[in-house]
Amino acid sequence: MKHLTKRAVMLISATGIATFGLFGAASADTLRLLTWGGYAPEDVVAMFEAETGHTVEVTLSNNEEMIAKLRATGGRGFDLAQPSQDRISGPQEEFGIYKPIDMSKIDQSQFITSMLNATLGNTTVGGQPFAVPHVWGTSGLVVNTAKAPGVKDYLDLCGADVAGAVTYRLKRPTLIGFAYSMGLDPFAAYGDVAAYTDIINKVEAKLIECKPGVKTYWGGGDELLGLMRSGETVASMAWDTGGWKLNAENPDITFVAPASGALGWIDTFVLPAKGEADDAAYAWINFVMRPDIAGMITAAAGNFTASKGADEHVSDDLKARYQASFPPAAVDNIKWYPPVPAGLEAIEGAALDRVKAAN
Amino acid sequence: MTLPDLECLSLSKTFGGFTAVEDVSFAVPPSSFFSILGPSGCGKTTIMRMIAGFLDPTSGDIRIKGRSILQTPPNKRPVNMVFQHLALFPMMNVADNIGYGLRRKGVPRPEIDRRVGEVLERISLPDAGRRRVDELSGGQKQRIAIARCIVLEPDVLLLDEPLGALDLKLREHMKIELKALQAAFGTTFVYITHDQSEALVMSDQIAVMNHGKFEQVASAAELYYRPATSFVAGFVGDNNRWRGTLTRAEGDELQLTTDAGLVMTGAQHGRGLRPGDKAEIFVRPEAIRIARAAADIKGFDNRLSGKVTSTLFNGAASRVLLRPDGSHDEIQVALPQSGEFADLGRGDDVHVGWNAAQANVFPANDEAG
Amino acid sequence: MQTGARIGFILLFAPLLLWLGLLIVIPHIDLFLLSLRERIGVGEYRTSLANYIAFFGEPLYLVTFMRTAIMSVLATVLTLIIGFPVAFYIAKFAKGRAQSVLFLLCLVPFWVSELVRTFGWMILLRETGIFSELLQWSGLVDGPVEMLYNDAAMMVGLVYTSMLFMIVPLITTLESLDDSVIEAGYDLGGTGPSVLREIVIPHAMPGIVSGSIVVFMLSLGNYLTPTMLGGKDSLWFTEMIYAQFIVRFNWELGAAFGFMLLILSSLIVWAMLRLTGQTLEKTMG
Repeated sequence: MKHLTKRAVMLISATGIATFGLFGAASADTLRLLTWGGYAPEDVVAMFEAETGHTVEVTLSNNEEMIAKLRATGGRGFDLAQPSQDRISGPQEEFGIYKPIDMSKIDQSQFITSMLNATLGNTTVGGQPFAVPHVWGTSGLVVNTAKAPGVKDYLDLCGADVAGAVTYRLKRPTLIGFAYSMGLDPFAAYGDVAAYTDIINKVEAKLIECKPGVKTYWGGGDELLGLMRSGETVASMAWDTGGWKLNAENPDITFVAPASGALGWIDTFVLPAKGEADDAAYAWINFVMRPDIAGMITAAAGNFTASKGADEHVSDDLKARYQASFPPAAVDNIKWYPPVPAGLEAIEGAALDRVKAAN
Repeated sequence: MTLPDLECLSLSKTFGGFTAVEDVSFAVPPSSFFSILGPSGCGKTTIMRMIAGFLDPTSGDIRIKGRSILQTPPNKRPVNMVFQHLALFPMMNVADNIGYGLRRKGVPRPEIDRRVGEVLERISLPDAGRRRVDELSGGQKQRIAIARCIVLEPDVLLLDEPLGALDLKLREHMKIELKALQAAFGTTFVYITHDQSEALVMSDQIAVMNHGKFEQVASAAELYYRPATSFVAGFVGDNNRWRGTLTRAEGDELQLTTDAGLVMTGAQHGRGLRPGDKAEIFVRPEAIRIARAAADIKGFDNRLSGKVTSTLFNGAASRVLLRPDGSHDEIQVALPQSGEFADLGRGDDVHVGWNAAQANVFPANDEAG
Repeated sequence: MQTGARIGFILLFAPLLLWLGLLIVIPHIDLFLLSLRERIGVGEYRTSLANYIAFFGEPLYLVTFMRTAIMSVLATVLTLIIGFPVAFYIAKFAKGRAQSVLFLLCLVPFWVSELVRTFGWMILLRETGIFSELLQWSGLVDGPVEMLYNDAAMMVGLVYTSMLFMIVPLITTLESLDDSVIEAGYDLGGTGPSVLREIVIPHAMPGIVSGSIVVFMLSLGNYLTPTMLGGKDSLWFTEMIYAQFIVRFNWELGAAFGFMLLILSSLIVWAMLRLTGQTLEKTMG
């Protein structure tokens, strides 16, 4: 009987240790990276591991899920994350899920200076910087120019000529894009809840009016590509890379920077509050910002990076597509997302729900 | 002449290449208890399912009161069936089980209640109406299953080995009860079983069936005393059985030398056997007289002396096994219950004898079991 | 030895208790507390019923809530109507090998993930999909037909996804119904429909109810099928919960939604049991 008790105690402690092993910390030189698809290609990870001795565990996600995951654990479980720059100060103030970046450990010479400064400006909370830029891109229109030559701006998606063959997401970029297309300035109203609510209400009315012409609201990138590729839809709101990818398959389809301006986003590097491998995280940031590595990431993700001099390492095809979609005037017209003040999501969310429910 | 309640004419059923029932004809007179007795797989269940309507015959006709019912679906036939495992409806109480058929006929509710009450009264379960089926004992379920059919006043009630699942004591009791129920309701029963005692006790007429054919249709006593075939002789009751060659035939009386060399006489009851034929002889243990002295059996046609090899005590059915002198055969003999052989033991010398008329001789049949 | 047996007992039940405690009870308590929290400023909260008031105050939420419930009930009924004959055939007519093969065929769709299954339906139903092409080829229609992105497509997906969970309990109960009971039903004058109504269905009721409960719960909690097949008008309550938690960062309202869904599903299951006179022990045992 004594033996049994002893064995039971051992069993329990063994189970306990195993449990802690599962949930507890991985060793310090493992970098747990929470990022987007294409931002950490396998060849880059292999090179990094060979060069530094650290190992990398990649988890793919998107803005909202990254924040939700870090919020759920209080910033635990990952050592480096890549939310967009407009989604950093709000969640940081509200949930405190990030920790400040030690700029002395970042090789700032590798960054395009204007982009680094803009990101630092947008993500400084309490006088401390929280993010450095990595990959940037725009969202706008992906159009089959042969079948829908008239689509030049977001509002053109409501046109009778493309009715029934249009798709877009029911997410905040759609609200912002339509607002600009309607001649409103939502970013300017970010600080004024009443004015912003007013803008969103107008956009909501417009989206409800346009709803009959929408084939479906797309949810995932593959769904959108399928719809455009099959010709079931001829015009959509989407990311630039999606448009370029389709352009490679079918020259008629491409990304069009809308007349009222493409929406520019920058995905960043942030350190989760309870990250445990900061050194590996800094090493990763400095590694992927090297022009040659940045070029590899551009090739994988389709988007350009904030790395200085990486253009040389980007294929001519992609450059050509970029230049076709973005004449110099269109580049100047890009609307960069400012930080989203906490609470705006609730206003937008209610509007989006009502659009979805409208018949 | 009254029409028979049930009549089967040249009924056959084949499944693929297998013939389950072959050219079977019989008629069941009104209010009689008719049994089909046979080993499992002999085709008796197939006949029953054809009568009930769950199978279509390959050829032949089935008539109820002179009218063919082949075109009538099972739910419209004036025939009901008591299933082997009774198949009471577990989701209904006793009264609803019995009233089911009446409800399906569209009988008005008060009328149903009255008739269900009556039939419950007649099966001596007047207060069982509200009870659940699984609360009943085996014998009670039996009676409910019969009542459920009887209440519809069918022309013929089919019973498919309904006593098979009961224990021995209850089975003995239910035999008598079934016979009494049949007599009380006056319904024609067609009963199938592999248990000869069930058939012998209850039936007015018994058909012995083997390999899809009827071997003999007769009363219980006739089957017992005058089996028509070696199969019937072997299947109904116990028998001593020898194979041999006929050496002499005089009218109905035959002389046979068994393969082991015993010479005995028997009756062929008009089966037309000739000397030289291979034949089998059947003698029932209870037809053999046993004696300690040879003089006591000198009146019998066949006489043998031998030694007791073992005694099989089984109350009223006690037997003794003995080996005739100069032979390897064993003979089973019934022991009289008068007590005079109570001290019989292994190795004792005894004499046995029987009359030729009690020994049935059949042509040798290799497959008969 | 008694202490030993007790430790053995505790060890045997420890995984179950840990499972129940850590993954079900504690999260639900946490969720409930969360649902009672109201955000009044950056990082500032107070306890109130504001989230529940918001739920009942916004017709959109209530409409989605009721729509989800009604559609789930409809999906359950359809699954039952389609699944019952299939289960009856497998349990009563198919014999031996055919039976296992048919059962396996019901199982095959579950070898791939729900996502792939849903994509499969999208490939079939979309405007440039197989059905549409087939109809055009056969000359039945002139132009492409869009069969995706509506409630009917969503219903097809829901029924398809839950079919197995209806068929398995149905087969189990139907197999336990002795063939001779059905024959007795006919023999005593019953017709096909009356035997079905009075004998087969009452016997299969525990299977019908347990299958219906599972299918109802699966439909109610389904997220992928309504969002992917339902198109622009497909409101589904789980979608709203997801949106509140992930997109809006409004965990408090999301938690309140979650609790409303829990109450709704419990209520409907209770009503279903009451209506059919079954008990949970009978249907799940």
